[in-house]
Amino acid sequence: MRRLILIALPYLWLLALFLVPFLIVIKISLSDVALARPPYMPQLDLSAGLAGIKAFFSELDFENFFFLTTDELYWRAYLSSLKIALVSTLFTLAIGFPIAYGMASAPREWRPTLMMLVILPFWTSFLIRVYSWMGILSNTGLLNNFLMWTGIINEPLQIMNTEIAVYIGIVYTYLPFMILPVYSTLEKLDDSLLEAAEDLGCTRTSAFWRVTVPLSKPGIIAGCFLVFIPALGEFVIPSLLGGSQTLMIGKVLWEEFFNNRDWPVASAVAVVLLAILIIPIILFQRNEQKQREAEQ
Amino acid sequence: MRRMSGFNLVSLTFGLAFLYLPMVILVFYSFNASKLVTVWAGFSTKWYGELFRNEAFLDAALVTLKVAVISSTLATVLGTMAAFVLIRLGRFLGRTVFSGMIYAPLVMPDVITGLSLLLLFIGLGVDRGVFTIVLAHTTFCMCYVSVVVSSRLSSFDTSLEEAALDLGCTPWQAFRLVTLPIIAPAVISGWLLAFTLSLDDLVISSFAAGPSSTTLPMKIFSAVRLGVSPEINALSTIMIGIVAFGVVIFSIMSKRATVRQQQEERDAFHG
Repeated sequence: MRRLILIALPYLWLLALFLVPFLIVIKISLSDVALARPPYMPQLDLSAGLAGIKAFFSELDFENFFFLTTDELYWRAYLSSLKIALVSTLFTLAIGFPIAYGMASAPREWRPTLMMLVILPFWTSFLIRVYSWMGILSNTGLLNNFLMWTGIINEPLQIMNTEIAVYIGIVYTYLPFMILPVYSTLEKLDDSLLEAAEDLGCTRTSAFWRVTVPLSKPGIIAGCFLVFIPALGEFVIPSLLGGSQTLMIGKVLWEEFFNNRDWPVASAVAVVLLAILIIPIILFQRNEQKQREAEQ
Repeated sequence: MRRMSGFNLVSLTFGLAFLYLPMVILVFYSFNASKLVTVWAGFSTKWYGELFRNEAFLDAALVTLKVAVISSTLATVLGTMAAFVLIRLGRFLGRTVFSGMIYAPLVMPDVITGLSLLLLFIGLGVDRGVFTIVLAHTTFCMCYVSVVVSSRLSSFDTSLEEAALDLGCTPWQAFRLVTLPIIAPAVISGWLLAFTLSLDDLVISSFAAGPSSTTLPMKIFSAVRLGVSPEINALSTIMIGIVAFGVVIFSIMSKRATVRQQQEERDAFHG
């Protein structure tokens, strides 16, 4: 009995507030937009019994998904989200790896402090961290003022409201997600392996590429997925830093829902986004599982 | 590799500077007298005064705190239960679905979670407000709590519980007197994580909130969309200060607790 309650309570909660809502999204993505409340068709009419259910299913179709393929806006938004997420993941790796490496090579007694310094920004509001770049990157912002004061440039650089600002925002906010998994694999690395490589005639550089990098691969992969997956559906960063010309699918979904009030298309956008995300998510899970098995 | 080379020192310094400089600048300019955020016009705390006179912000802050306290507490209870189900109860019908529902919200984009919950609330005809935000936050926060707690539970020595049961404890007593004190650090960090996630959430709240209820992140978002504002800088400074203070206190406390526990274990072993 107790066991049943223990299972049922969280189970039913998630069923009602995670799985069912998601099924509703799928259902509405197959519906048509209508000038009604709620603004979509068809409505399930249970009072008509089996015939009502039948009529309901016969009116569902994939029209919205066809619409997504015909309108250039959507597939450009998907492609541009993929590109932005991929490029910023690579930048995060390029910046995060040296930091993680530096942490792992720091004296042992520094490491907990360094760890905390990397985690601390994660506890600070995401929105504030993105916002902090607005004052730096804008045309009259600190970066432009500084560069013009030093005489490097005469005209302010347009960084704010471009994709570059979005890259900076993503790298900045997701950097801890890259540093921590990479650091945890580097920290476990056995020094004697590097000594052995050097004894066998490797230079330090080639020992780094042939020993350190391959052994830290699980951390690198985990870090890349932890950045790539949330970056793909990002909304706050492109809407604060990217301006109107940066297309990202999270922003398109938001606008489709709140500004255009086209719920069926917004739902279809969500379903396709999730279909794209499933591949990296499964790969990520597999990587985690392999790591767990390797540890045991 | 364990030698701290010049390159390592440089990359660490630059890395930490990159992480902290934007926030330091933000804090610095919150004390700027000028309305123009990028021109320094002398020290002033007037934006803090403006902020505390701004009732809309205060109301939003109150709503946000209320939501965060309620939903992180609910999420901690549900998440701890879910962790128990996953780690302890072995196989049952629908276990795969259950663990899928625990892990999926962690990787689900906020816009999709928000959209799906809003469609549910509208479908059910629920009035949106603080209540629906609490439901939404509890749902995604409980998944984080359950991941944190289950990692502690999976390294837990079950023989301690068995001993308690052998000595005549009821299962509930064994949980309360043996299991809970041992997993307490994980439960507390789960609660803290849920609390900050709830405080911080913008996207899911925007979907789940009705026209009458606004949380602080929603308020900040609509204010900064138009550009940088010194009042928001002041607000950000306060929030950064609270977080920094809280994290430092918590880490000192948990460090002390670990040291004490190790000491007790040593004493018990030698005693």
